[in-house]
Amino acid sequence: MKVLVPVKRVVDYNVKVRIKPDQSGVDLANVKMSMNPFDEIAVEEAVRLKEKGKATEVVAVSIGPQQAAETLRTALAMGADRGILVKTDGAAVEPLAVAKILKAIAEAEQPGFVITGKQAIDDDANQVGQMLAALLGWPQGTFAHALELEGGSAKITREIDGGLQTVAVTLPAVMTTDLRLNQPRYASLPNIMKAKKKPIEEKTPADYGVDVTPRFKVLKVSEPPKRGGGVKVASVSELLDKLQAEGVLS
Amino acid sequence: MTSLVIAEHDNAALKDATHKTVTAAAAISAPVHVLVAGADCAAVAEAAAKIAGVEKVLLADAAPYARQLAEPMEALILSVADGYDAILAPATTTGKNILPRVAARLDTPQVSDIIAVIAPDTFEHPIYAGNAIETVQAPAGKKLVTVRTTAFQAAAEGGNAAIEKIAAAADPGTSSFAGEELSQSARPELTSAKIVISGGRGLGSAENFKLLDKIADRLHAAVGASRAAVDAGYVPNDYQVGQTGKMVAPDLYIAVGISGAIQHLAGMKDSRVIVAINKDPDAPIFQVADYGLTEDLFKVLPELDEELGKRGIG
Ligand SMILES: Cc1cc2nc3c(=O)[nH]c(=O)nc-3n(C[C@H](O)[C@H](O)[C@H](O)COP(=O)(O)OP(=O)(O)OC[C@H]3O[C@@H](n4cnc5c(N)ncnc54)[C@H](O)[C@@H]3O)c2cc1C
Ligand SMILES: Nc1ncnc2c1ncn2[C@@H]1O[C@H](COP(=O)(O)O)[C@@H](O)[C@H]1O
Repeated sequence: MKVLVPVKRVVDYNVKVRIKPDQSGVDLANVKMSMNPFDEIAVEEAVRLKEKGKATEVVAVSIGPQQAAETLRTALAMGADRGILVKTDGAAVEPLAVAKILKAIAEAEQPGFVITGKQAIDDDANQVGQMLAALLGWPQGTFAHALELEGGSAKITREIDGGLQTVAVTLPAVMTTDLRLNQPRYASLPNIMKAKKKPIEEKTPADYGVDVTPRFKVLKVSEPPKRGGGVKVASVSELLDKLQAEGVLS
Repeated sequence: MTSLVIAEHDNAALKDATHKTVTAAAAISAPVHVLVAGADCAAVAEAAAKIAGVEKVLLADAAPYARQLAEPMEALILSVADGYDAILAPATTTGKNILPRVAARLDTPQVSDIIAVIAPDTFEHPIYAGNAIETVQAPAGKKLVTVRTTAFQAAAEGGNAAIEKIAAAADPGTSSFAGEELSQSARPELTSAKIVISGGRGLGSAENFKLLDKIADRLHAAVGASRAAVDAGYVPNDYQVGQTGKMVAPDLYIAVGISGAIQHLAGMKDSRVIVAINKDPDAPIFQVADYGLTEDLFKVLPELDEELGKRGIG
């Protein structure tokens, strides 16, 4: 069984982004970029499936500018077998368009399982996995905490608002990762070297017949309201005096 | 112009997240209809009918909806979607699971996690862990939106909507419920509590986390946590507050032994009053705290418990 893993190149999670003065977007010039952390978890899970003999091949896909090839190299160094770069001009591609491209790739590659991240930490959309599953008519297990893959089905334990829920889905299916599914490995130096020889195929959205023109109009991107400066208190009793004065202690 | 809100409930009770989503829906396209999909959930439909501003409740009471799994829910919502200009769900794990499927099938892009309705087609929503607020205008056609419930007031009670039973849609049969492990707690729900006390890695163990329970009991507060505390197994996953956990905005948020990473701040910086207790004077949490106490938490928490008692709180 082939496993498909979409990986997105995003601003590194340690970076606090700045808004451009003209409010047209966030300033990404000279900002550190990395693989979306949830996608690292997705690659790790796919590679483990291969190591356990449950997957035969792990294919990583990234939709983005030429530099997204670096993100694919990271996936290859972690153990993915090959990459597909769907090259764009660098403008953000909306989740629905990403899902349509992934659908076309899934139809061509025929994976038995697709693992995406639950959300990209730049758009915070939390949409692509679910949209892809719907477009393919496949079931899904989102926000995965644990996975058991057996024969033609998968048992996926999900992190939900009230705790954990387990669903059983038929394959093929889409799973989206949550934080505690696994601890992604660091790529070793020999594996980084080996990854340089693994193939990355270059495509464009047009190859899949998908129009990536944005459908939303971004009117502006602004700073969130700033909190006023606070004060330090010296003791528990001073703290409680303040809180009682604020009227927040009922 | 009508909008449809997907009700959040557990078959027994309607959740407050629904009322808040109704408020957002009314700002986009009134009147508002509410879809209650579940099993043996007539009481939920009755509760939804009492929300002010709701004109009609659609009730789909059938076994496939008992757990609101995404696949049968997608089919059900698509079966009624034609009549609506907007379809909204709260940005809960249930809403986030279902709505993008519907959006994809309708070939309509979705706006996630809106915090304001600027115009019926224009919304504000946070991106980059809340470090930027994007104002987007959606294309003509249906609006598909998930709602950050902490950003909207709950619609009041006082409605008297008609309840219309609707037929179940064909269940694709590709998914089934296989078990759950729900956190049991007598405390208020994290996302709607007036006071939240959260612990981080600084608590050091599951055992130590109980220090927070005592204070929470006194304050009728919910208990939350940072990712590090959840990852370390001190508390269950559903305690996590932050960019990729729960969003909270209580009157009072008390952060104990939490450093204040951007991902954590994303989930709590809209709280009215923030208190930080941390022994590191340079911890970033102090930059958003209204009141900061630079102390060892193991000294502060017993004192806090005692002092609250002295003041007759809890
Ligand atoms: C993709 C991704 C998503 C994430 N999502 C979230 C999220 O939703 N929510 C979230 O919280 N995090 C999230 N994180 C993690 C986040 O980046 C931080 O790692 C995490 O918030 C740190 O938790 P912490 O503050 O408890 O631990 P630490 O950063 O280790 O801080 C512990 C603090 O406790 C203090 N302390 C220690 N002992 C004591 C003592 N005895 N008395 C007083 N103070 C003490 C220390 O001074 C320190 O400031 C995410 C990370 C990634 C990569
Ligand atoms: N441009 C992209 N290229 C590859 N995968 C993507 C892209 N955008 C989103 N994804 C995948 O979809 C997941 C959810 O993204 P989102 O719905 O945008 O929050 C990510 O974790 C990735 O696995």
